[in-house]
Amino acid sequence: MTVTVERGGRAVRRKRDPHRPRRPRRSRDPYALFLLPGALAFLAVVVVPFLMNTGVSFTEWQGVGTPRWTGLANYRELLDDSEFWASFRHSLLMVVAMAVVPTAVGLVLAAALFDFVGRHFGTRTASVLRACFYLPQVLPIAVAGIVWSWILAPENGALNELLSVLHLGSWQRDWLGDPDLALYSVMGVMVWVQLGFPLVVFMAGLQRVDPQLHEAAELDGAGWWRRFRHVTLPQIRPEIHVVLLWCTIAALKVFGAVYVLTKGGPGGATEVPSYFSFTTFFEKTQVGYGAAVSTVLTVIILALAVAGLRWQTRVEDAEEGVAR
Amino acid sequence: MSAVRRPAGRPRSAVLSRYPVLVALAVGALFMVLPFLIVAVNAVKSPAEYSAGGPLSLPDGLYLDGLKDFWERVDFGQKLLNSVLISGSVAVLAVVLSVLNAYAIGIGRIRGRAWVLAFFVLANTLPQEALVYPVYHLSKEAGLYDTRLSVVIVFTVIQAAFGTYLLAAVLGRFPREIVDAARIDGANAWQVLWRIVVPVSRPTLGVLLVFFFVWTWNEFLLPLVMLISNDNQTVSVALGVLQGQRLMDATMTNAAALLGVLPAIVFFLVFQRTLTRGIAVGAVK
Repeated sequence: MTVTVERGGRAVRRKRDPHRPRRPRRSRDPYALFLLPGALAFLAVVVVPFLMNTGVSFTEWQGVGTPRWTGLANYRELLDDSEFWASFRHSLLMVVAMAVVPTAVGLVLAAALFDFVGRHFGTRTASVLRACFYLPQVLPIAVAGIVWSWILAPENGALNELLSVLHLGSWQRDWLGDPDLALYSVMGVMVWVQLGFPLVVFMAGLQRVDPQLHEAAELDGAGWWRRFRHVTLPQIRPEIHVVLLWCTIAALKVFGAVYVLTKGGPGGATEVPSYFSFTTFFEKTQVGYGAAVSTVLTVIILALAVAGLRWQTRVEDAEEGVAR
Repeated sequence: MSAVRRPAGRPRSAVLSRYPVLVALAVGALFMVLPFLIVAVNAVKSPAEYSAGGPLSLPDGLYLDGLKDFWERVDFGQKLLNSVLISGSVAVLAVVLSVLNAYAIGIGRIRGRAWVLAFFVLANTLPQEALVYPVYHLSKEAGLYDTRLSVVIVFTVIQAAFGTYLLAAVLGRFPREIVDAARIDGANAWQVLWRIVVPVSRPTLGVLLVFFFVWTWNEFLLPLVMLISNDNQTVSVALGVLQGQRLMDATMTNAAALLGVLPAIVFFLVFQRTLTRGIAVGAVK
């Protein structure tokens, strides 16, 4: 069908207007109109609110009345705010729990499922297992939070109950209520939530890898681990980049899990920037200060995104240059 | 990589080493679904059974009153309806908006499209925390606060940022000849879009539709801020708020969790193929 339309189109064009350039210049303008609804909608929902938020971060404002310009006062205050620094330290640990660990574990799992289980036990077994790992990803974070805060509850929680059945009663803890443990418990939940995403992306990526590469390496006597390191890893590097970038950004934005599991507590032990800005906005109604927190978060995320995307396009260009 | 096809004589790994790996993976998979199983088991226990046997005992029979009580107490039907309405409208509207944007960028090749695209990518990564207060404030001024419409508008735009980014790449590779031929035959840009580009890209649009629906269903921060009255809340928000209040006993918690999990499992079963395939598409592009 493509071919007929193409030929027909060319024939007709030649007949009607032989001097016309291949792509008429005029055709650029009508297309710009298609961007109009999108442009207006983005202006109203993203651009204006974002600029307002940035503007408000230079003021003192309770949400009513006129904001009072204070320049960089909010940002100076942030530098001395230990809660602010703690929230970003916790963010780094969230990056470990939501980007580093899931990517590393996801890689090994994907390789094991794809070229071990898939080959020896059939792709059906592999995809059933993959589905199990992916399941938490479709769950609303609020629901995941309910499930886990009940499992991790100190009294009658399933985990503590399990420990006592296993005669490990001394290991029982108040998993979400102990300031020394709460953050690690939240991190554990986030690993559970996040793991499916890298796994699915990596398994899809592995399907691109030429099986002959593996066979050749196997014939040359390379064991599973060496094939993983020298064949699998380099082949799915684009997927690894995307997943790391995506998950890091998601980790910096984490909100729902903290809201439902710990509300930032106990005593700020699980405070993260997004939750910190949320409470500053809506509970303390220090809108200017909350805006400053969210602006810092935005700058970090945008810098990461820009750096990540530029790096990704550079690597992709380089690889395409080699391949073609 | 040599082009010569080697004879496929792969040495068989020892049978002994195969099963431990499978068992380890199966245990891992079981651990992932275990929370779901525990919740399902406890949601059908009566409070008496629960306090007698704890969370790990098996239920004697199906006790559905806990689920029914919870359903009525939080008016769960209304929450489901709100979630379906909001997520459904967002999915459709965001796909339409993405198509319009991507058509201008990918096929229209408008001037400065690289910058326009970069804008959408950045808008997509922007944390909602940087928008939430002004959106809350402006919607109050516009009389849209605490309406489902406000959430639909905001998420249509937010999801369309991703949709535009993905679709622009797909449409950028759309066969030029088809578009040119139709234009020469007298079709205007609008007709080319609806009669040619949209039908041909239907599989990708389907993936986007599913994504937008599930993502919007799962959204938490903005709906939490925007929808305060019980009648407008989504499933996610209602359950999150209930949990945050710490007022639920064990049976109720499990009823809440099970009712929250069920729609997700339904989506998962219905859309599993689309979702997994779609993520792969989105990630590589």
